[in-house]
Amino acid sequence: MTTEYNKPLPRLVNEAVSRPFWDAAKRHELVMPRCLNCSNMFFYPREQCPNCYSDNTEWVPVSGKGRVYSYTVVYQPANRAFQEETPYIFAIVQLNEGPRIPTNLLECEIDGVELEMPVEVVFDDVTDDVTLVKFKPA
Amino acid sequence: MTLMDRRRRSDTLRGKVAIVGIGEVPTRRVIPDRTMYGLNAEAAKIAIADAGLRKEDINGLVTDGAAALATMAEYIGIRPTFATGVSMQGASGASATTVAASAINGGLADTVLVVMGNSRLDRAVPGGASVRSEWEEAYGPAAGAGTGYAQIYTRHMYEFGTTQEQMAIVAANQRFNAQENENAVFHGQPASKEDVLSSRYINYPLRILESVMPCDGAAALIMTRADRAKSFPHRPVYLLGAGMEQSNANIWQTDRITTTPVKTSAARAFQMSGYGPGDMQFAEFYDCYTILVAVTLEDAGFVEKGEIGPFYESTDTTYKGSFPINTDGGQLSGGQPGLAGGFRHVIEGARQIMGRGGGRQVALNDLCMVNG
Ligand SMILES: [Zn+2]
Repeated sequence: MTTEYNKPLPRLVNEAVSRPFWDAAKRHELVMPRCLNCSNMFFYPREQCPNCYSDNTEWVPVSGKGRVYSYTVVYQPANRAFQEETPYIFAIVQLNEGPRIPTNLLECEIDGVELEMPVEVVFDDVTDDVTLVKFKPA
Repeated sequence: MTLMDRRRRSDTLRGKVAIVGIGEVPTRRVIPDRTMYGLNAEAAKIAIADAGLRKEDINGLVTDGAAALATMAEYIGIRPTFATGVSMQGASGASATTVAASAINGGLADTVLVVMGNSRLDRAVPGGASVRSEWEEAYGPAAGAGTGYAQIYTRHMYEFGTTQEQMAIVAANQRFNAQENENAVFHGQPASKEDVLSSRYINYPLRILESVMPCDGAAALIMTRADRAKSFPHRPVYLLGAGMEQSNANIWQTDRITTTPVKTSAARAFQMSGYGPGDMQFAEFYDCYTILVAVTLEDAGFVEKGEIGPFYESTDTTYKGSFPINTDGGQLSGGQPGLAGGFRHVIEGARQIMGRGGGRQVALNDLCMVNG
């Protein structure tokens, strides 16, 4: 764990809505919001289910397994703090449970990514307080 | 009242639309734990239920200028065929309602949600947290808007076998066109397909010559009633059809990223016009990145989904060709002066139809499709 992490950390849209996700990540658990009215599992978390508008939602643990839906290899990042990491893989992973999540692929060559390739979650404790949710080939 | 007065009146909004449902989130000094979009979504939920409708029945969205339309549509879970933000300070609500009425009367939508709201808490978030600041920025997205478009590109290659060589033709043909456009930022700087393919990556598979260059500039047009248009100096450019669809703010929220909202918007435009893709003589299509021109041409119906790569290999899309595309060089070679970058496609389409394309004038200039 580095004490000099200089990259941007997640700035939460609404603590009350998504704090449980980040707290779970810190415990190395992946959770997703699910609607108790229509059973829709959705991501990103928000105040009401985007399918049926119910605000009766719960957090459920998911497998942490999924597939690469798509990806890009970043050579010129928006934020210079990432320059030393280039080239790196920014991907969309589709969880086996359905929701898609933006992430990085670790332990993977930049020319070794295939779409629909199975991946599994990796918890990256970037600071004492923040754990990012990343993936690696399964 | 004269006959002309009566006809004028029948052309107005008078008696053409009605409000059929309302919703209101109770006003409080502070509503804890709620964002502006969340409050809007709740008001929408109440109004939709009040009208006895489902969200699928809503195909228009008008909000105030403070809300990002795509984020609003994403929160409410709709893909309206008409969406706009109205900025008129305190008169925004009444103005938005009037704009909604005009859109319905003009056939752009049947059932419009007008919604606006405020969260003081939201405004207190330093630096304006967003879906991106929470879920993407810590993972290092690429410069510009290329992260999402590159992922569309990667997925298109996977699903349809599209190649980077094919996409390089998109950029090279537009660069050829720009050599006849003195207003283009890359006028006087030709670039071949090989030049495109040897340019550096911003983020794979997007290279710098497949990406727009931010620029300064501005554009404008004048529109008037069709019955007056013939008395003006230039050949009138009539609007024959129009369509829209408001999609997601975030690419990972879209079910199929290789299909764009143009599938709906172009179909509606063609339906209104009475023409089809085969009738169009040239096209001016939004082009922040090569892949976007490609997928939107597919979605408009000029080729089948997945066939755009072979189309570019077999078709001359320069201004001299059988189907000219982005005759002024587009944004890729003309440059992107903010939102005027996309506006250039409207301007260039009109310029060509007026017959004022100069060295890049297309041969057949009666029917053009523009995508912005
Ligand atoms: Zn639901």
